[in-house]
Amino acid sequence: MSPEDFTALALTAKLAALSTVLLLILGTPVAWWLARSRSRLRSLVGAIVTLPLVMPPAVLGFYLLVLMGPQGAIGHFTQALGLGLLPFTFAGLVVGSVIYSMPFVIQPLQQAFTAIGNQSLEAAATLRASPWDAFVSVALPLARPGFVTAAVLGFAHTVGEFGVVLMIGGNIPGKTQVLSMAIYNHVEALEYANAHWLAGGMLVFSFVVLLLLYSRGWNRQP
Amino acid sequence: MSEDIQARFKHRYDGFTLDVDLVLPGKGVTAVFGPSGCGKTTLLRCMAGLTRATQGQLTVKGDVWQSAAQYMPTHQRPLGYVFQEASLFQHLTVQRNLLYGHARVPESARRIELGSVVELLGIAHLLERMPQGLSGGERQRVAIARALLTSPRLLLMDEPLAALDITRKNEFLPYLERLHDELDIPVVYVSHAPDEVARLADHIVVMQEGRTVVTGALTETLARLDLPMHLGEDAGVVLRAVVVERDTAWHLARVEFPGGSLWVRDGGHAVGHAVRVRILARDVSIALAPVVGVSIQNCLPATVEQMADDYHPALSVLRLRVGGSPLLVRLTRRSAAGLQLQPGKPVWVQIKAVALID
Repeated sequence: MSPEDFTALALTAKLAALSTVLLLILGTPVAWWLARSRSRLRSLVGAIVTLPLVMPPAVLGFYLLVLMGPQGAIGHFTQALGLGLLPFTFAGLVVGSVIYSMPFVIQPLQQAFTAIGNQSLEAAATLRASPWDAFVSVALPLARPGFVTAAVLGFAHTVGEFGVVLMIGGNIPGKTQVLSMAIYNHVEALEYANAHWLAGGMLVFSFVVLLLLYSRGWNRQP
Repeated sequence: MSEDIQARFKHRYDGFTLDVDLVLPGKGVTAVFGPSGCGKTTLLRCMAGLTRATQGQLTVKGDVWQSAAQYMPTHQRPLGYVFQEASLFQHLTVQRNLLYGHARVPESARRIELGSVVELLGIAHLLERMPQGLSGGERQRVAIARALLTSPRLLLMDEPLAALDITRKNEFLPYLERLHDELDIPVVYVSHAPDEVARLADHIVVMQEGRTVVTGALTETLARLDLPMHLGEDAGVVLRAVVVERDTAWHLARVEFPGGSLWVRDGGHAVGHAVRVRILARDVSIALAPVVGVSIQNCLPATVEQMADDYHPALSVLRLRVGGSPLLVRLTRRSAAGLQLQPGKPVWVQIKAVALID
């Protein structure tokens, strides 16, 4: 593997880790609300959250490019904040990845929170736990398998991202050139041996992740 | 300071209306009794603040928990709640379950400690286990211990035996009786099982279709002929009695209740021990004079007090008075007519079976 490949590998790991952490932080309250709210907005929000699952990445990437560009709403906003424009930056990739991998994090969390049900939380309330206390001391530990699933799927899905990156990140080594882009470059240049190293590595990685997830060792009820 | 519990709730949901106005004693066990769907659980949930009644007022021994002006959320109410299905936290050991509420009560408010509760409910050997490994009865005992460890001023129990089979139930009931005898916490106990009520309650509230229809002390209330629920074969009275004599040769004990005494099977209780006896209406018969030459041991003088029709047109049910205690008798209407029974008439009752329930 070339030094460029290692750079791409490190960048990909950084992107996936950062996106996963952000998604767990942002996704938890959304998943909690989706699992427990009886609001009429629930189905609307649920559909929006799931949209990236079915939308072609190129479509998602295209709209993000437009929105984050100089004429877009997000573009205006980031410029007003003095952050400049997001397309073709690492920050832009993070934003794209968070949206792209959102359903893979929120759905397992939502299912885990739904499975907890009311009873444990009501029991906690009768034992003097405030709603926040009950969330931290009962809901979060009981939802642990959901968090593991969400983190693993979110990370793995971000690692495999291509279409969105191509649209909003381009192919800048050390900045936005992630693994899938590196593979693409190798194939374009007919460097099949290098492509094999990276593609084979991704294949093994994905397989191991799923194997661990399904072997229940991580996913067992606490 | 008022020592009782005043509860007034009005709550509408899914076409059902709960509308109760109750004053419950501030000690002992009050059984809330009635058929499924009569609003018992909703009443309990309103008292706990788990369901927010449209209109509600709750004062417990002088402290206002809920009124038009204020609403104390569940976690601020000093109560214990035992759910129908034991709701132990699956991610914590039994001991950490027990201490969950205990740790959240300020030290100055703790009156009940782990050791005594663990002993009272016989769960010392379970402390290190996870809830998944416990039987249904063990889980409920842990759930009760967990609730008690918050040193509640009121203990609410929602059919805690409903999920248990009959063997587990019999295993479990003695613990509830100990609770009743040893702790000075008022308990509101929701049940639809007459035998649980007979064993545990001091006071009963009968509910029907979201309203309370009868409330009162156990013995006199069970002896009322106008109870709305059809106890059918379970109709009968519960008398409080004291063991006064034991006949070891025949394994019998004589128990004395206000108005007379009865021979019952010796339950192993010492002389002087307080017990409850349950006498079902179907196990009592009436004679106009003391009868000789029958196998029945318990024969007492009584007076007819009130008569009513029973659940079948062939039957009538009578309330008699034996000294200070009431007794229910089921007869066919033909027998009642043949004996010319009417209120005020002195008779003799023969009691075929007496169940010692405590």
